[in-house]
Amino acid sequence: MNGTLNLLVGLAMGLNLLALASGRLPSIIRAAAMQGMVLGVLPLLMEDSFNWLVSLVAAGTIAVKGFVIPGLLRRAVRAANIDREVQPLLGYIPSLLIGATATIGAVALADVLPLRPEHAGSLLVSGSFATVVTGFLLLMGRAKAISQVCGYLILENGIYLFGLLLIKSTPLIVEAGILLDLTVGVFVIGIIVDRIQREFDTLDTRKLNVLRE
Amino acid sequence: MKELALIFIPLAGAVLAYLWPSERTRPWLLPVIGAGHAVLALTMLLHPPAVAAGAWLGFDALARAVLPAISLLFLVCAAYGVTYLRLRGERSNRVFVAIFLTLLGLMSLALQAQHLGLLWVAAEAATLSTVPLLHFNGTARAFEATWKYLLIGGTGIALSLLGSFCLGYASLLGQGSGDLTFAALAAQGAGLSHPWVLAAWVLLLTGYGTKMGLAPMHTWKPDAYGEAPGMVGALLAGGMTTVAFVALLRVRQVVDAAGAGEVAGLTLLVLGLFSMLVGALFLLGTPDFKRMLAYSSVEHMGILCVGAALGGAGVWAALFHVWTNNLTKGALFLSAGNIRRAAGARTADEVAGMALLTPVSAGIFVTGIFAVTALPPFGPFFSELRIVRAAFASGHTPAAAVFLGCLLFAFFGLTRLVFAIVDGRPRPAARAGLGQLGESAGTLVPPLVLLGCSLWLGLATPPVLLEAWTAAVAALLPVP
Repeated sequence: MNGTLNLLVGLAMGLNLLALASGRLPSIIRAAAMQGMVLGVLPLLMEDSFNWLVSLVAAGTIAVKGFVIPGLLRRAVRAANIDREVQPLLGYIPSLLIGATATIGAVALADVLPLRPEHAGSLLVSGSFATVVTGFLLLMGRAKAISQVCGYLILENGIYLFGLLLIKSTPLIVEAGILLDLTVGVFVIGIIVDRIQREFDTLDTRKLNVLRE
Repeated sequence: MKELALIFIPLAGAVLAYLWPSERTRPWLLPVIGAGHAVLALTMLLHPPAVAAGAWLGFDALARAVLPAISLLFLVCAAYGVTYLRLRGERSNRVFVAIFLTLLGLMSLALQAQHLGLLWVAAEAATLSTVPLLHFNGTARAFEATWKYLLIGGTGIALSLLGSFCLGYASLLGQGSGDLTFAALAAQGAGLSHPWVLAAWVLLLTGYGTKMGLAPMHTWKPDAYGEAPGMVGALLAGGMTTVAFVALLRVRQVVDAAGAGEVAGLTLLVLGLFSMLVGALFLLGTPDFKRMLAYSSVEHMGILCVGAALGGAGVWAALFHVWTNNLTKGALFLSAGNIRRAAGARTADEVAGMALLTPVSAGIFVTGIFAVTALPPFGPFFSELRIVRAAFASGHTPAAAVFLGCLLFAFFGLTRLVFAIVDGRPRPAARAGLGQLGESAGTLVPPLVLLGCSLWLGLATPPVLLEAWTAAVAALLPVP
């Protein structure tokens, strides 16, 4: 079972690199969506027996991260009729190199940190750190608002991976609250993106430069 | 029961406000609900209810030491809101009033949360709910500020979630029962896994520090405070930052118990002094008087962190400073809003002579600036004096020197800009447009009340507050 789990986490880590290498908005959105769906399956693998609540949370995660949010983002791309190029502030090759280094570093770091015996062989901690770094790289290294939102989604995916370590010990109500907050957060971001598009006629965040010292 | 009422009265008020049919009478809900909340909070300050052991929510000593200040600040801002929203009659106030009340409920929830996860959920919900308040003005600048607030604030909040998970994992590794209330985590003490506690502290300090607006994570603050209406700025600078500060104090308590208190104290001290320095340096340069208030807020958040790093006497002084800073900053934001509306602009290049156009607001603004730069006998003087004394008493002389130096720079920066705006000859455009945007009792009494409270805290701090702060310090730093 740990093998399947590690395979999926490894897949998510691969999708990190795919997102970093993507030059077009739809492919970044696709990478983030696929990663979200992969992560949604993980809680099911971690349960020993079938559990209704966990299945419900998993289904909710797959629906929101894999379909609803990417759908909203794709609609924004279409409606804004924007140029689909990502316009990196940090080039693809440097992004990939940093991403790969971060992945190796995360695996090394997870070896050093003390872990519970049942997590010792799993990639959850290293996958989580690598994904968080990827999220940050996309947030800082891409100019389009949509790709920054994708970076934020990937950052959250990384935190979600870490949260899986605690899934058996935290009450589900907290998990549900967290999921709700994240969903609402992305909706709010979506609305603001829409308004920015209307006010500025662009989603290039380099144009948002009136407010500064 | 009462602690739930503090949360649900404003939330119910928000629903009522959303359904309320009349645009004209809806703003009156703000002071009515605010008054109910304030009466309840002050009653609980005088007669603190018992907190059940292991409860996720409770009006404990720390909540008692700060929550009434926020309730009071809200009430005054709400009273200001009645006149303000009438002046801004061209925009629908349905969402604004509902969200303003929601924010009070969520802040009450976050301040009373005794559970790591619940605290995060409340803080995140409060952050998200402020978004419609920030772009109330609907200008391109307001949306730009909102976007930056969402992106930076969202990232900060995500990091604090990761930090909360790390702290939870530290407890799990120490054979914890999975109970993530602060009391249970602190009781585990040295049983918490050390590397994970340190990771959690760094992430939580970055995350909640972003929300508090500590440098270098403060960059959203000038944009957001500059573009939001004055009453929103007052509530953000007084309320939301306090929520984040209280969160840090609660986490700090756990980190202390785990035996990493020295690292936590040192990081708080360094980050606090750095924020003061950054705030003071930007104060020397900014030409915009609303952004100026944001940099002053960055500086005062630094002061709070420095206080929190200096042991019992310092934490006591920091709690005192939460009150004095909240009330004085509130007066500044509200009077700055009046000046901004009358002048129609906000930089020193475009605004001058406001002492002639809006004499009372300008008077409040100047007095407030002196109060916030620690002129006796206003409250901030006494709270900052106590922090300096705590620094000397605990042997942090270099820190005290940097602290005083930053206060001096901030004084230069603030007075430079304020007198440029207040003094001189009014611009013709501002004079022509004054008309109905002039001063009225509805926009003058609220900041005057806040300034009066700041003076009162300085001259005669009520004994019940002294006792509440002492109780909070005793709960946070149990004598070993």
